[in-house]
Amino acid sequence: MAFLELKDVSKGYRSNGTLTPVLRDINLSIEKGEFVAIVGYSGSGKTTLISLIAGLTRPDTGSITLDGAEITGPSPERGIVFQNYSLLPWLTTYENVYLAVDQVFRSWSAAQKRAHTEKYIEMVNLLPAREKRPAELSGGMRQRVSVARALAADPRILLLDEPLSALDALTRATLQGEIARIWDQDKNTVVLITNDVDEGILLADRIIPLTHGPDATLGPAVPVEIPRPRDRKAMNQDPHFKQARHQVMDFLLGVGVRHRKTVTRKLHLPDIEPEDLSYGKPSPFSLFRRGPLRSKEFKKERVEIET
Amino acid sequence: MIKQKVNIDWLVLPMLGALVVIGIWALWSSLPGTNLPSPLKTWEVSKLYIEEPFAKRGELDQGILRFTWYSLVLVAKGYALAILIGTPLGFVLGLSKMFAKSFDPIIQVLRPVSPLAWLPLGLVLFEKSEPAALFTIAVCAMWPTVLNTAVGVRSVPQDYINVARVLKLSRVKTLFKVLIPATMPYMFTGFRLSLGIAWLVIVAAEMLTGVPGVGGFLWQEYNSLIYEHIILCIVTIGLVGFILDRLMSLVEARFKSI
Repeated sequence: MAFLELKDVSKGYRSNGTLTPVLRDINLSIEKGEFVAIVGYSGSGKTTLISLIAGLTRPDTGSITLDGAEITGPSPERGIVFQNYSLLPWLTTYENVYLAVDQVFRSWSAAQKRAHTEKYIEMVNLLPAREKRPAELSGGMRQRVSVARALAADPRILLLDEPLSALDALTRATLQGEIARIWDQDKNTVVLITNDVDEGILLADRIIPLTHGPDATLGPAVPVEIPRPRDRKAMNQDPHFKQARHQVMDFLLGVGVRHRKTVTRKLHLPDIEPEDLSYGKPSPFSLFRRGPLRSKEFKKERVEIET
Repeated sequence: MIKQKVNIDWLVLPMLGALVVIGIWALWSSLPGTNLPSPLKTWEVSKLYIEEPFAKRGELDQGILRFTWYSLVLVAKGYALAILIGTPLGFVLGLSKMFAKSFDPIIQVLRPVSPLAWLPLGLVLFEKSEPAALFTIAVCAMWPTVLNTAVGVRSVPQDYINVARVLKLSRVKTLFKVLIPATMPYMFTGFRLSLGIAWLVIVAAEMLTGVPGVGGFLWQEYNSLIYEHIILCIVTIGLVGFILDRLMSLVEARFKSI
């Protein structure tokens, strides 16, 4: 039996009494120490899939087991790096990581916990930003804190939910390198969700396409047989890379070309924009009050969905 | 150049506005047959109270800041009561849908009731003027804190709650490590609005109960036909309210800059 096993998993969301299927017939086996990337369109249910593995939502049918034990709820043994970082903005880098350490290693002494926290902050090269709050950090740095927090809890499996998709291309490349380096050190089991096929091939042992949602399911797995450490530049010429890329793209494009229609949906933007510090510090005796600072930001987004 | 612009915006224009208002006041007071004292006369009659702000010449004849201090102490007590009751109530309203649905209508009905209406009920309940005034302040000033806290709790991002769930934080730890800090900016907005209302209520409460303070002084001077002091009291009440609001804004801004 595989380390992480999803059997006939399906999941739908109920709204106004109608059930919209998101995922169906998901079968996935991941071995211990394997790095698997799941690639799919936005809105195809990738985040739902990782929430299921994390235990944040329960499947409608089927079962998910980790090391033989059924997953019934969230737990720090399945560390998750959220797409929008999900750092607590009132805590510093150190405190954000320490919160996880403190919770997971309750029997440790304070000194042990401190040292452990420091170790992981150092691992993601953030010691200089130790006492900074998330608002003072760039997107890439925030995501590193999030990675450090997940790793510091010593998870048995690491779930990365589009960790780099909100970053610019250069930061993205740097962080991909760091993820590869960290994985090389401890060979933890990793599930990476991404919408970037190249990223999946660069990092993973196996890359699995997810068909277009709703009602998405996993396509055939494509093994990536490129020796590590992988070099981004040399890889582009590698026949294995070309072949893997071709296979995944072929599948994704094949299932993607179907009837689509465009709808406008409300999108909750994650709190990832650096705060504009020039705004909001008028004289305390000014007659005009500043507006609400943490109002929820909503934005309309046009997305294509299948009919 | 920019510096000058700021000076005009924040100094010259507000002063101009104040001058216009004082001008209208002066004109009005010069109309034949009016009882409104002129600005100059107001200053002459009030001078003693401003120049010796903490003097105590008798129970009903004290410096203006001494009266203000009495009022502030009373407000502080009532406001503390409002926050102590309002914050937990807001949390429960925000956390429990059932509780919110049960109590939201009654809150919406009680919220617009004027302090003048609560005070007699307070007198009936507590039979003494000071507890009645405290009751009135608390019951009127509580609502902004209650409602803002409830909104704040409801709008805690799901991401933060997911973090707590993945780390398996206990309920108490989730409350203190995630919910309360995330709600803090909303809570302080509520606190600031509540303080404004508490200060509004105190004057009405003092006028009706005769508790010594700036509102009580105002009412007593009206009865003694010293109209200049009414204006002195109005200006004092306004300035104190303004300063309280600014001070709370400073505290609020600290929590919002997170």
